[in-house]
Amino acid sequence: MDRRKSIKTLALGTLSAEVWLNACSPATKNKQAPEGSATGEGKAPWAGNFEKWETSSGRQPAEKERDKRLMAQKFFTDEEMKTITVLVDIIIPADEHSGSATDAGVPEFIEFIVKDMPEHQVPMRGGLRWLDVECLNRYQKRFTDCESGQQIALIEDIAYPDEVDETLRPGAHFFSLMRNLTASGFYSSKIGIQDIGYVGNTPTIWDGVPDDVLRQYGLSYDEKTLAECVKKEDHNKMFVFDA
Amino acid sequence: MATFQIKKSPGVYDVCIVGSGAGGGMAAYLLSQAGYKVALMEAGGMFDPKDPRYRTQLKWSYESPRRGAGTTRPFGDFDAAWGGWAIDGEPYTHTAGTRFDWFRSRMIGGRTNHWGRISLRFGPRDFKHKSVDGLGDDWPISYDDVAPYYDKVDKLIGVFGTREGIYNEPDGQFLPPPKPRLHELMMKAGAAKAGVKVMPARLSMLTRPINQDRQVCFYCSQCSRSCQVYADFSSSSVLIQPAMKTNHMDVYTQAMVREVLTDSNGLATGVSYVHKGDMQEYQLRAKVVVLAASACESARLLLNSKSPRYPNGLANSSNVVGKYLHDSTGASRGAILPQLFGRKRYNEDGVGGMHLYSPWWLDNKKLDFPRGYHIEYGGGMHMPGYGFSWGIEGLNGKYPGADGKKKRGGGYGKSLKEDYRYFYGAGFGMAGRGECIAREDNYCEIDPNTVDQYGIPVLRFNYTWSDHEIKQVKHMHDTFEEIIHNMGGVPLGTKPGPETNYGISTPGEIIHEVGTTRMGDDPKRSVLNKFNQAHDCKNLFVVDGGAFVSQADKNPTWTILALSWRATEYLMDQMKKGNI
Repeated sequence: MDRRKSIKTLALGTLSAEVWLNACSPATKNKQAPEGSATGEGKAPWAGNFEKWETSSGRQPAEKERDKRLMAQKFFTDEEMKTITVLVDIIIPADEHSGSATDAGVPEFIEFIVKDMPEHQVPMRGGLRWLDVECLNRYQKRFTDCESGQQIALIEDIAYPDEVDETLRPGAHFFSLMRNLTASGFYSSKIGIQDIGYVGNTPTIWDGVPDDVLRQYGLSYDEKTLAECVKKEDHNKMFVFDA
Repeated sequence: MATFQIKKSPGVYDVCIVGSGAGGGMAAYLLSQAGYKVALMEAGGMFDPKDPRYRTQLKWSYESPRRGAGTTRPFGDFDAAWGGWAIDGEPYTHTAGTRFDWFRSRMIGGRTNHWGRISLRFGPRDFKHKSVDGLGDDWPISYDDVAPYYDKVDKLIGVFGTREGIYNEPDGQFLPPPKPRLHELMMKAGAAKAGVKVMPARLSMLTRPINQDRQVCFYCSQCSRSCQVYADFSSSSVLIQPAMKTNHMDVYTQAMVREVLTDSNGLATGVSYVHKGDMQEYQLRAKVVVLAASACESARLLLNSKSPRYPNGLANSSNVVGKYLHDSTGASRGAILPQLFGRKRYNEDGVGGMHLYSPWWLDNKKLDFPRGYHIEYGGGMHMPGYGFSWGIEGLNGKYPGADGKKKRGGGYGKSLKEDYRYFYGAGFGMAGRGECIAREDNYCEIDPNTVDQYGIPVLRFNYTWSDHEIKQVKHMHDTFEEIIHNMGGVPLGTKPGPETNYGISTPGEIIHEVGTTRMGDDPKRSVLNKFNQAHDCKNLFVVDGGAFVSQADKNPTWTILALSWRATEYLMDQMKKGNI
């Protein structure tokens, strides 16, 4: 199918004119944000803590004003959010270790971060549009109306940027951005931090690399290091300087 | 509308200090403890890392809506510093074709709330480097003059390190350092093969308690968030809080000082300032004025303090104020350590920053550039935040995954999740921080056409790197690659070449700017004498990095603290003798 022709068809009404206009003009859309959006306002995993964050982390007046303004705005359309929700779970599905990207609130995170970092707005909006146009060419349906098998067939074609077909390069570029934003949102969530196995951010006493790890890499602390480094048993012992 | 007038404070303070960072904090601490009546001026708000309203320490990435990204705070949402490279309503400008990035922190404690706590003494050579290589100028003081004050600073504030006996890296009164982390042990072996010296870092964090007011480090690696138990050094927690408890000090926050006021005899009589909250104009009188607003802000204040007696600014008969501005050189390189793929998980947060570092280890006589650099190292299993594993599509196709099979780069689904787990904690980074030669033609001056929102004329910067610095940074990159290869790592990205001046940092970017009110014995070539006292005005002192003649390949904070202590002791002695 002639790609040019299909875009023309699209513009003439296969998808609503509103979506087309919004794709051209993200700024306009912000002002038309309908209430009760697909972003699940109030339901984001951190949304309940937002007030706390704003009042207990040293936020400056300009930061508070900006955050509040961003929170009140809506960038993605409901249809776009629907696509994002499908995509993030294709990228990070639930497995035997942890939940999925949507379980971790990734779509809500993406909605916020594109408002916070406007440089992501055109690549995201345009990429989502590219995806729908590609589906329209292939399956005469938008992405979210496709069968799961059809969606995966398309994702397979754009998920490996080094091997992508020249004509699908914009899709691969977009999908890499989706993958990266999804990872940012997922692994910075409670679920993701547990999944990745980060066990810090808590008071402890650092006493060096565990012995079994040292053995694994054939490393050890030399005598000098052991002699001069702080001893665990001295952790709370008052240090007395030489006179 | 209320009448617009200047409100004058009724009393006279003994000392008015402008700025609450390292230099101002030290002066405030010593003067208030000694019973002098002190006014401390701060252009930002009150800050105490212990206060729950200000805390970012031990918060999780998901508590920040941007997951710690640096959208509004250049060093990330959890960074304690209020301010950044640009502050609304307070611009600065550049002469055509030059650039200087100016990081400002508007808060009690200033930039000490943010810094890496790398606390290095300048060595004997650093104070007399012109005598070694003919470049720049010697300081009017030597290491021996400053050494007793470094000792005092070490004992008051606390710094860990080891006694190494290296001539130009003088040892201090050290607390014991923490043991190296895994990637640091690997790096140490790799650096040794390259002939690069590696030793325990010297950071101002308490690995043992030193007094009742501050607790010991609990190893969360978050010093840049400022420590709620005061286990690291920031001026706010270690100097300003005790000074406030003396009841001899009044702290004026949101006080943006316009100029230093002088009388017909040319002596300082106080300062005028605008209060950012009520936008009223105030004057405050003091017998002595101590500037510690940061090298560039103090130079701006002096240049803006014009009077018939001081037509080109206060303490500027030499025309040197603003000149000899210099920041550290910087370059960095990232790498992947494949031997760490699939590594075992454990808490290796450690202290905030590196446990090991490399001091300058070579002889410049055998090199094509003057002066040295030190190397900082980073790596390990960090708390994921915004940008986590960004660009994995460029990584997971290059190495076999957890199952030993090489996949196509990118992907999605369960297999991708496996990859994120497998590659986690295998990153490694190195950063060089080197000495730049101070030059008269690198300067900040008053922009005659631009004022900030308070009507105060702003700074215009003129700064370029010379071949000295560019060749030094090229050498850094050669060293980085050698160490990375030696430790079995793979450098990321491409090594920058001559087309980008070898990736040298933007001037100002390393936030070590010094030199704008330099000290010297000759009043025609320097602003301050060897006790940080203005040649032209005996009751005016500058105790920030502006006083530096040269910056060495070291972070300036410990030397700012030592010189401020020395200057304040001298000031108190002169006041006692009735000379001031």
